[in-house]
This record gives sequence, structure tokens and C-alpha cells, in this order.
Amino acid sequence: MQYLLLLYANEGGWDQMTKAQQEQGMAAYMAYTQALRKEGALVGSNRLQPVSAATTVRVADGKSQVLDGPYAESKEQLGGYYLIEAPDLDAALAWAARCPGASHGIVEVRPVWPTPTA
Amino acid sequence: MTTARDERARRAADAVARQSYGKLVAYLAARTRDVAAAEDALSEAFAAALAEWPLKGCPSNPEAWLLTVARRRMIDGARHLRVREDAADDVRLIAQSLDEADDVAIPDQRLALMFACAHPAIDAAIRAPLMLQTVLGLDAKAIASAFLTSPDAMGKRLVRAKQKIREAGIPFRIPEREELPGRLDAVLDAIYAAFAEGWTDPAGTDAARRDLAEESLFLARLAVELMPAEPEVLGLLALVLYAESRRRARRDAAGEFVPLDAQDPKLWDAAMIEEAETLLRHASTFGRIGRHQLEAALQSAHVARRRSGRADWIAVVELYDGLLALTRSPVVAINRALAIAEVQGAHAALAALPDASEDERLGRYQPYWAARADLLARTGAHADACEAYELAIGLERDEAIRRFLQRRRALLDA
Repeated sequence: MQYLLLLYANEGGWDQMTKAQQEQGMAAYMAYTQALRKEGALVGSNRLQPVSAATTVRVADGKSQVLDGPYAESKEQLGGYYLIEAPDLDAALAWAARCPGASHGIVEVRPVWPTPTA
Repeated sequence: MTTARDERARRAADAVARQSYGKLVAYLAARTRDVAAAEDALSEAFAAALAEWPLKGCPSNPEAWLLTVARRRMIDGARHLRVREDAADDVRLIAQSLDEADDVAIPDQRLALMFACAHPAIDAAIRAPLMLQTVLGLDAKAIASAFLTSPDAMGKRLVRAKQKIREAGIPFRIPEREELPGRLDAVLDAIYAAFAEGWTDPAGTDAARRDLAEESLFLARLAVELMPAEPEVLGLLALVLYAESRRRARRDAAGEFVPLDAQDPKLWDAAMIEEAETLLRHASTFGRIGRHQLEAALQSAHVARRRSGRADWIAVVELYDGLLALTRSPVVAINRALAIAEVQGAHAALAALPDASEDERLGRYQPYWAARADLLARTGAHADACEAYELAIGLERDEAIRRFLQRRRALLDA
């Protein structure tokens, strides 16, 4: 099964970190990504730019409405994701717990609908 | 003639249902994780059995017969159900299990099913109902009436929980050693919750709730059968047996509530107590103490009154000390204070009682105010005791217990 790990954290936290702390954080993510890759569990992953760069689009009555900002304002923001392959929820939860994001934010684990085979 | 055969078939089907329902559901759903589909197929298989067995006689292996019919139904169902994209996978998985399990004993995966039902990703409040349904085959209506909710709401919550198992990929798996203690606690909590739900009808007038106590006793026995070397599982069964042994003594002839210290030990079920004591002794040989063993040991100290005429209060206080250190539960603290009253007197007990102003949940908890009232009355502070009884009476939903508290309060006026 595929699971999407959604990494939520307070974006402001990053800027408050010292340069050394930021480097340490990057290294932790790189090591984690490497571990996923080594076990063949990594399908895809990306870090997102802050919500200040977000734009929302909605089409109503054939007209598209474009708005500045994220869909929902919240204390924690979606900051990145990992798409992983895992045999079951327990394996996915174990990967989520190892993710650096779980220690400074929240990781939401969502199963992905299987792709139609026929 | 036909009716006698019908009756025999029905009895055979009932017997298999009791012993094998959970085993068959666990086996059918272990790979696909589709509990609902397994239950549907199984209920069709039972219907087929009731139609066929009276005519052709009961098969020599009813369990295998039901499994074969249910598996065919599942394969047919998955083939027809093209809307679900992973149906093809399901057919492959079921076909695989068909090849592997022909004519050999059906492996018992009920324990894995129990762990799936009590998985941390499943809402804690639905774990006990889910287990009662999938392992024992209780229908949503019976479970709803025992848990005091509408069949409709209970049905929806059960459906949602089963969907979660399938969609999130919750495995049917017995956890590894290092994660076992926490996961096992969740299983035992769910079994205990099912028992406690049945226990809240002390008069035993509500058939659904009385049955629930029996069903949860069956679950606890099953857990022991499946995990004979886990002392906490033995402790849980002992605990349930001690509590169940006193069922008849909890009400007098007029249906009034009788507190533990006023119960007639002769009304306690001696065989159940003996079994509980044996289990508890056996559990202690593993040298791994836990909450359920401590709670069972407390019950054991209480029923010591059977022989000595008095509960072993010093042991009771010591056991509550251990339990409090382990759980930090305010409920345990209240019971510990009541035990201290028996050893050191009511003043010491009041000092040991937790403060409701520090924990707002206590302020809404009937046994807290009843305990406080009882202790205050013993110290002679009647006005304060009356006030505490009034609060307790206002918080109690059970009429018989409310009347008991009112009688206690009336004694203060006399």
C-alpha cells in the first residue's frame, strides 16, 4: 500500500532556529530520506515553500476565483510530504514516527487509494 | 420429523457460531482486511447451513463447510464488485487462501483480529463493541442496547471502524515483543470495558447487559487460551471472575443495592472465586506485576472475608498503594482512602482523599462524593456529610444506588 505522510509544523519555528540548528535539521531530513530510499520505501517527497507563497483557486459558475494565501489558516502548516510504500498501517506509522517532522510537529498518515489496475 | 431436523440443524449452527464465528471472520478477513465482507459472506454461509443441513444432515466438519461456502461467496462478491478497484487483488488473495487451507485445520487468527480491533488507530470507545461483533458475532442491535446507544448510531460507528481497518491497512498481526505491552493493554481494556458495561446493570434485569457480562467473560477466557503466558491476561480473567462471582449478592430480595461490605459471602459464587484465586496465583509465578493483577489481588483481599469474616484491609491498602503508583488514577485514590479508613480511621482517610478542587472531573464523580460523605459522617461532621451526600445523589443515574445513598443520608438526620 502507499501512504502519504503529511508533515505539519509551525513555519515560524524554522526562522527562529540558529544556522547550526537549521543545518542539523536538514541533515536529519536527508538521513531520513536516505533510510526510506535504502529500504525501497520512498516513492516521492518534497519540501513546500511557506504558506505566504500559497495561492488558492476555485472555479464557481465557470469563473475562476484566485485568492492569495493558503486554504485554511492554522497554527501548524503543511510544510512537506513523503509518499511511501508500506505493507500495512503499522509499517507506515513506524516510518512516520522516525520522521524528524514528528518530533517538531505532527505527521498525518493517509492511505492512498489504489490505482485502478484493469 | 422435519422440525426435529430443523432444530438439530439450528442447534449445530448455533454451536458452531459460538465457537467458530470469530475464527472464521479472522481467517476470511486476515489478508484482505475486509471484515465487513467476511461477515457478510459468513452470514450467507450460516443461512445456507440452516437451509441445507436439515435436508442433508449436518456435515462432519461444520466449521470447514461454513468456511468453504463463505469463501465462495467472498470470491463471487469480489468478482461482481467491479466498482472497487482492488477487487482483483482480493480475489487473488482469497483464491490463495483457498489453495492453502483446504482440509487442514483452520488456523486460529482470533488473537490477531483482537489486536486489529484494539489498534491505536481505532477510536478507543468503539474497540469493545467492535470486538464483541467480530469475535463473537453479536449484532449491532444487541451491542447498542448494552452500550445504551441507538442501534442506528452503533451500526454506523461499527461500519466506520471496519472501513478504517480496511482502508488504512490495519494489519491482523500480533505485535512484536517490544510493542506488545501497550498494545496488549488496549485489548484488555476493551474486554474490561465490555464487562463493565454489563456490570452497570447490577440487578441483572436487563437481559442484553447480563449477556454482555457472559460474552466478555468468554472473551477474557479466549484471551487466556490464546495468551496463556501473559500474566496480565490471567489477571484480567481473575478480575472479571471475582466481580462476576458477587453478582447475586449485589441486590437484596427487594432489589435494593447492597454494598460490598454488607454483602452475604454465602451468596458469592465459590467456584468462580476458586478459579480466580488459582489464576491469580499462577499469574504471580511469572513475576511481572501489572494493573489487572493488582486489581484482581484487591478483589482477593476483599473476598478473604469468606473465611476470616473480615477483609484483609492491610493488604488492601498496600495493593492500592501499588495501583496508585502505577496508574495515578484519582478513582484508585478514592478507593485507597476508603481502605485507609478501615486501618487508620476516618480522619487519616479524609486526609488521603484527593481534592476535588484540584481535579474538576472528581467534582462530577458520584463515588467521590459518596466516599467523602461516608468519611465525614464517620468523623461526626454531619452537616458536611449531608452536603456531600446531596451532591452524590444528584450525580447518580442508577435509581437503586440513589435510594441507597438517600438511606445513608437519612441516617444522619436520625
